[in-house]
Amino acid sequence: MAKSQISMTVNGAPVDALVEPRTLLIHFLREQLNLTGPHIGCDTSHCGACTVDLDGKSVKACTVFAVQANGADVRTIEGMAAADGTLHALQEGFREMHGLQCGFCTPGMIMRAYRLLQENSAPTEAEIRFGISGNLCRCTGYQNIVKAIQYAAAKLSGVPFQEAAE
Amino acid sequence: MNDQTLTAEQRAERLQGMGCKRKRVEDIRFVQGKGNYVDDLKLPGMLYGDFARSPHGHARIKKIDTSKAKAVPGVLAVLTAADLKPLSLHYMPTLAGDVAAVLAEDKVLYQNQEVAFVIATDRYVASDAADLVEVEYEALPVIVDPLKAMAPDAPLLREDLKDKMQGAHGQRKHHNHVFNWQIGDKDATDAAFRKADVTIKELISYQRVHPCPLETCQCVASFDKIKGELTVWGTFQAPHVIRTVASLISKIPEHKIHVISPDIGGGFGNKVGAYPGYICAIVASIVTGRPVKWVEDRIENLTTTAFARDYHMSTEIAATKDGKVTGLRVYTIADHGAFDACADPSKWPAGFFNIVTGSYDFPVAHVSVDGVYSNKAPGGVAYRCSFRVTEAAYCIERAMDIMAQKLGIDPAEFRMKNLIRREQFPYTSALGWEYDSGDYHTALRKAMDSVGYANLRAEQKAKQEAFRRGETRDLMGIGVAFFTEIVGAGPSRNCDILGIAMFDSAEIRIHPTGSVIARLGTKSQGQGHETTYAQIIATELGLVADNITVEEGNTDTAPYGLGTYGSRSTPVSGAATAVAARKIKAKAQMIAAHMLEVHDDDLEWDIDRFRVKGNPERFKTMTELAWAAYNSVPPGMEPGLEAVSYYDPPNMTYPFGAYICVVDVDVDTGTTKVRRFYALDDCGTRINPMIIEGQIHGGLTEAFGIAMGQEIHYDDDGNVTTASFLDYFMPTAVETPKWETDWTTTPSPHHPIGAKGVGESPNVGGVPCFANAVNDAFKFLGSTHIPMPHDHWRTWMVADKLGLHA
Amino acid sequence: MPVIPGSFAYHRPATVSEAVGLLAQLGEDARALAGGHSLVPMMKLRLATPAHLVDLAGVASLKGIQADGNDIVIGAMTTQHELVGSELLRTKIPILAETSLVIADPQVRYMGTLGGNVANGDPGNDMPAVMLCLGASYQVTGRGGERRIPAREFYQGAYVTALKPGEILTAVRIPVPPAGHGSAYEKLKRKIGDYATAAAAVVLTMNGGKVASCSIGLTNVADTPLWAEEAARILTGSGLDPATVKRAVAAAEAITSPATDNRGPAHYRTKMAGVMLARALARAKERARG
Repeated sequence: MAKSQISMTVNGAPVDALVEPRTLLIHFLREQLNLTGPHIGCDTSHCGACTVDLDGKSVKACTVFAVQANGADVRTIEGMAAADGTLHALQEGFREMHGLQCGFCTPGMIMRAYRLLQENSAPTEAEIRFGISGNLCRCTGYQNIVKAIQYAAAKLSGVPFQEAAE
Repeated sequence: MNDQTLTAEQRAERLQGMGCKRKRVEDIRFVQGKGNYVDDLKLPGMLYGDFARSPHGHARIKKIDTSKAKAVPGVLAVLTAADLKPLSLHYMPTLAGDVAAVLAEDKVLYQNQEVAFVIATDRYVASDAADLVEVEYEALPVIVDPLKAMAPDAPLLREDLKDKMQGAHGQRKHHNHVFNWQIGDKDATDAAFRKADVTIKELISYQRVHPCPLETCQCVASFDKIKGELTVWGTFQAPHVIRTVASLISKIPEHKIHVISPDIGGGFGNKVGAYPGYICAIVASIVTGRPVKWVEDRIENLTTTAFARDYHMSTEIAATKDGKVTGLRVYTIADHGAFDACADPSKWPAGFFNIVTGSYDFPVAHVSVDGVYSNKAPGGVAYRCSFRVTEAAYCIERAMDIMAQKLGIDPAEFRMKNLIRREQFPYTSALGWEYDSGDYHTALRKAMDSVGYANLRAEQKAKQEAFRRGETRDLMGIGVAFFTEIVGAGPSRNCDILGIAMFDSAEIRIHPTGSVIARLGTKSQGQGHETTYAQIIATELGLVADNITVEEGNTDTAPYGLGTYGSRSTPVSGAATAVAARKIKAKAQMIAAHMLEVHDDDLEWDIDRFRVKGNPERFKTMTELAWAAYNSVPPGMEPGLEAVSYYDPPNMTYPFGAYICVVDVDVDTGTTKVRRFYALDDCGTRINPMIIEGQIHGGLTEAFGIAMGQEIHYDDDGNVTTASFLDYFMPTAVETPKWETDWTTTPSPHHPIGAKGVGESPNVGGVPCFANAVNDAFKFLGSTHIPMPHDHWRTWMVADKLGLHA
Repeated sequence: MPVIPGSFAYHRPATVSEAVGLLAQLGEDARALAGGHSLVPMMKLRLATPAHLVDLAGVASLKGIQADGNDIVIGAMTTQHELVGSELLRTKIPILAETSLVIADPQVRYMGTLGGNVANGDPGNDMPAVMLCLGASYQVTGRGGERRIPAREFYQGAYVTALKPGEILTAVRIPVPPAGHGSAYEKLKRKIGDYATAAAAVVLTMNGGKVASCSIGLTNVADTPLWAEEAARILTGSGLDPATVKRAVAAAEAITSPATDNRGPAHYRTKMAGVMLARALARAKERARG
């Protein structure tokens, strides 16, 4: 099948490429752009390990063709730390609160949490859990992921973080 | 530099050693998307492999036509059994003494079994070509009910074993029989049952499930034709074992095989054994001379790789009318699928199922397990099971509840009456295990007090009366589980994998400037070993943890180990780490004595230094001693400061716990809400409380999934109906309850740092706790045993049968 | 095993007529691509293998939520996320946002469209029963021009709808329920984001404590969404007393014919349709004024 020319912005940098129409965005990012942060964990668009931020939306990159993202502004986990290497509040929060173990769900989880906090800068625990319901984790049981996101929400709002008593 | 400005506490804290919530080293790369997982690997010229698989559960292969697949541009080759047979690689040995097909030759034995392997220039082309392999099948009758596998007229599954009635574990009594394994005193147990006041008998079935780590199984195999050397990167929980197996089956000498486990996205026992994808990728690389990557997809993972459980346990307890247990009898049918590929130590075809006497003082017991073949995927030992300990714990904890109900005694009180007492440790169970240490009554009392158990029972009684009056449609259940599990495989006298004893190893080297590299024979898949082993070394050697690099997974550099599964890393490699550190410390002490011009015995250890007894201003820190080891050792001593330990554990370790769960069941929909889950774990010495808590959260979430809805379900035609996340129940953050964790600490007396291991415990104790809670909700209406999973419709059917919907 | 779609040619029209023209020209082997979160998963499993995809994302006229007299017209490419965020819909037709929030998960809602959810005929989709309940109609354009199909006449079987080949759904037109109406979408599911084990949509108005009007839709308990007319008729004029609700539930159960699958056996799902209906009625009544 003839390839299509696409261009988009990925983590702030312009990208031009040739892709087959059927090339999934996740494969485009991982294989052609060497951004191996987003991962593939399932076949049926459930697990969310492939989540990226596309034009201000949390999107499962395994369920979108690269050609659909032509002209889009895409952000992956690799684009979260600042240029000088300072970790984003979410990256810091996941480490502080032990919100990861094997790390496989983490890039997608952080990208989803990023957009969640844009939608709602002070989510309750229930809102966080609902907000990450499209991201599966097998290691952590989610409890510390919730704490990590609360940590980041507090930091981004300039509010002191109070770890809830168990 | 002599540092006298910090207090002892400050010096200890700075080490970030054992007992502190040290933040994880591995997180730095993971939160930035810079992990190195197998599918991240790209090598020049790399090819991709993909399988064509059988749609049938049992069928004869009449013809395989790969011509259309081969014709797809970008396809280099399509392998079938015919290509592997001349290399004797169409079957591979399993860890259980059986063989498993790599590519199906004459027949297929389970849905999605591998039939052909396509090798292509990219994964999209491989996918297209796999779709074009044409196979003609003749369907055969299917066995998916293990209780029918040994019926006289049951179809023959394993034609390759037709005339082999002597299996790896003794005489086979039927063509679909794998083994029988028995332990315990049958006569004494039968006698106890004959004279018992009260007995119960129940078929307790643990459904087939799958560990489902978020990253599937995968590898990259690269054969260097010039050097004659094979390198394999893969999702291997036991990389050295994979290397030895690869050498045995490929005939490439072991020193020319390099196996590397990079970062692994979850294992849970799914990534211990070898799979056809690994063998085919290796063969493809040898044949093409190029690296070959194989990445399975989720459906392949769920339907063909190591499943867990599928144990059907006919269980009996004998007791006095006052509630003292006097005997236990368990007869189990174990469904092993089409090939016995259980990852058990070789002398234990039913794993450590004989831990089934649990936490209770049974004077006599007898267990018999019959393994059977069926038209299902091979495997059985996985999913935080510690070698069938999950099955055993579910069995005994349900059975104890059933007996308590029959006796009319509260389930927690019944356990209190029968728990092994502290004075009885070390305790030898009726089925042969010597439990190292435990203080069960304290733990159960603490758990009950923490949740306000008596109040919960009072609340439940009131709610039951309200239900009877029609004021509520919810039933409240309180689940109690007190588990003892057995981990840390294991002593060489009874634990080996393919003949290699189950010791484990640690090699520690201190550099001149005082920083450290440590390499272990284990392999983390999320347990935080880079963080925790450093904590052990930090405390043992008084060196700051941040200056200690921990490596695992490269078989060229790591000392031989048996890998990470069954919670064995801390008990075995953790011990090796302490032993190796102590060898180094002993040498450092001699160097210090030499430098301080005193006798070795005049020195005492103080956190991070040796100081002269009675003269503490004279000391040498370990950092100073590291430098000294490279330039001023005593005469006759070799320079350098390193040690290796291969630790053969004297015994297994026995973590235990008390879990209590409160649920509310809506009888009109069958939904169960978990109101509260309290987990008290005793894993001996606690190395990193933050990581322990994380392990408990994760294991309890897995247990919740298992108890409340997971199953790998086969219909009567051998189709897997739960083959993807559309149907296999994977809890999200919304369903997953909040976990309350607590602990007691009863060190293991035989372990150098008293640690027992903890990863498996929450799955072992969690499942029976949830199950007991749901069962408990219906007890007052006469229900005695409801099998798992406790999903909505099954729970509703129970309510319906009890007449609650009239 | 393939979890990668087969090859196809990709088209991205800018207008409805361009899209319709392409579909007509490319024939049976072409599929319209909306949010893609039903179609792309099917393509990955090779259950759908279109040779051409006509991406509607570039057709600006398919977006937008507008009041038009007593109706609200929603462009087919409006996403679930946009439905949830619409102040107009939250105030006028709150059952829509309530339903959106139980469809799939946040990522899928960012991409999944209302048009996709109502047009593909999947009995598991949630919006169709709500559309039946609301008495919505679908604006459809094809080679032969535009037509309007009432939702209650749209669904013919599993994946079989009144859409003719080459037609695309361009907008959903919903008559705004009276102010003070009560509504609820009650969905029983194994976990968040799952297809319904059974679900019920209820829109009703109350007058002096009695039901003045009632409309009921049922999800995933037959091979199409169901409009439970008889159940609604039974309830009209009543005070939603237990005996009447019981009769209405029986009438609703009587029209179901669910599949037996991993969600449960057919008769369980029928019973759950009834339970969901009863709970939806209770919540709708609580929310109604009058």
